[in-house]
Amino acid sequence: MIDAFILNALIGGVLVAAIAGPLGCFMVWRKMAYFGDTISHSALMGVALGIAFDSENPIIMIATCASIAMFLLFLQRDKRFSSDTLLGILAHSALSIGMIVISMMDHFRQDMMYYLVGNILAIGLDDIYTIGAVTTISALCLAFIWRPLLSLTVHEDLAQIEGINVSIVKIAYMLLIAFLVAVALKVIGVLLITALMIIPAAAARTISNTPLQMIIMSSIAGIFSVLAGIGASSQWDVPTGPAIVLSATVLFLCGRFLIPRRA
Amino acid sequence: MIDVSSQLLRLENVCKSYHKNQVLENVSFSVNRGETVTLIGPNGAGKSTLMKISLGILEVSSGEVHRSKSISVGYMPQNVMIDDVLPLSVRDFLYLRPGSSYDDVKEVLETVRLTYISEQPIQSASGGEMQRILLARALLGKPDLLVLDEPVQGIDIMGQKEIYGLIAKVRDETGCGVLMISHDLHLVMASTDQVLCLNRHICCSGTPELVKENPEYHAMMGRPIEGVAIYTHNHDDDHDHTHHGHDHD
Repeated sequence: MIDAFILNALIGGVLVAAIAGPLGCFMVWRKMAYFGDTISHSALMGVALGIAFDSENPIIMIATCASIAMFLLFLQRDKRFSSDTLLGILAHSALSIGMIVISMMDHFRQDMMYYLVGNILAIGLDDIYTIGAVTTISALCLAFIWRPLLSLTVHEDLAQIEGINVSIVKIAYMLLIAFLVAVALKVIGVLLITALMIIPAAAARTISNTPLQMIIMSSIAGIFSVLAGIGASSQWDVPTGPAIVLSATVLFLCGRFLIPRRA
Repeated sequence: MIDVSSQLLRLENVCKSYHKNQVLENVSFSVNRGETVTLIGPNGAGKSTLMKISLGILEVSSGEVHRSKSISVGYMPQNVMIDDVLPLSVRDFLYLRPGSSYDDVKEVLETVRLTYISEQPIQSASGGEMQRILLARALLGKPDLLVLDEPVQGIDIMGQKEIYGLIAKVRDETGCGVLMISHDLHLVMASTDQVLCLNRHICCSGTPELVKENPEYHAMMGRPIEGVAIYTHNHDDDHDHTHHGHDHD
């Protein structure tokens, strides 16, 4: 019989990975991997604010991530600064705010590693319900916006002229990422969330011929990485988050070097 | 008098500035059904800006843009580069047009004679094929107004002839209006009703024959009038080199 905490870890991890890959595909296609980092750094600020308000409610984290994402969209209107620069400013500012707020709290001396690389084995039943709800809603939203989102990924002006409301679709996508990051924090931590989005997507690229195939394969690759990572972690007693990431990297390298390139 | 109902697009005294730098000055023109209007002008003349204003992607600084709400617009952008990281076939690219079915896509691919690359990655299309793919995408919505940004950019002379032929054919068959940008007056002469020479403001306009003789046009393009060689092309056989060996996939 599997221990309850391992089972919780498996369920929570699989649920997060199932949606992280598909969202990561768009991140890879839109070349905005750094956006994932920025949102996950804001999550740490969300954690700090949560501690300051003495609340573990994930809403605080989601709200923080979403606010930073919306602030980014606002800042992007001034074309003097590239998105790259703005992301750098926001990521590190959010991280710094988080660290300062945490340092000001005397009663908080918990291990920061917990937030940086996650602690999947501490996932409880409540977390699973939250993750399950977010994953389900995100998957439904993504299914709803995926064609317009893909269209504006290919060519934004063309999509707009063809009647797609570009800003609404972009906001929706950014909010999906904010939600995912907020619930994935416990599973894999601030430093590694982007990896769980990007690497399975990149691995999926090596065996996909259509966008939909890549989305489905990235989800499967993410789930496999979580299972393999948790397995490796309990087998050799290594940290789980990094083990998950490296499992995904192995998949990517297999795809890159073992599968012949078509076209 | 122009029948108002046939008017698809009308710009009145449009001005546009970026940071106090005026790029368009009092531009007025209109496009009617069944009519081809070509914008011509040197680099930096504001052609693309004017096109984006016509399409409603850019706001005007002053002036008015009237575009009938009910019409469908087909747009052909220039320089579309699709990264290799996105696995996208030609057919799937066209299918991204909202409201189109796979049957519509199949039909439009036949119109531009690209059925043979339907399943191939869009990144593998040649320059001429890419332009025809973009034209196909613009045609998918059964447009009342076709807006084309340098439709023959980077294509050899045979390919250019084919693209202009396709555009004229679609216009004659569907009665849509066409607004396009071109660098070269001579190439579009045969298929254009009205030419607008743009260099921040409209220097001159009229039928291609009239514009060709207009000193403003030659001053704008930076060439002396006697230095322009009017060349003609006589291609008797209309074979297409891109087709050899690819038919019937």
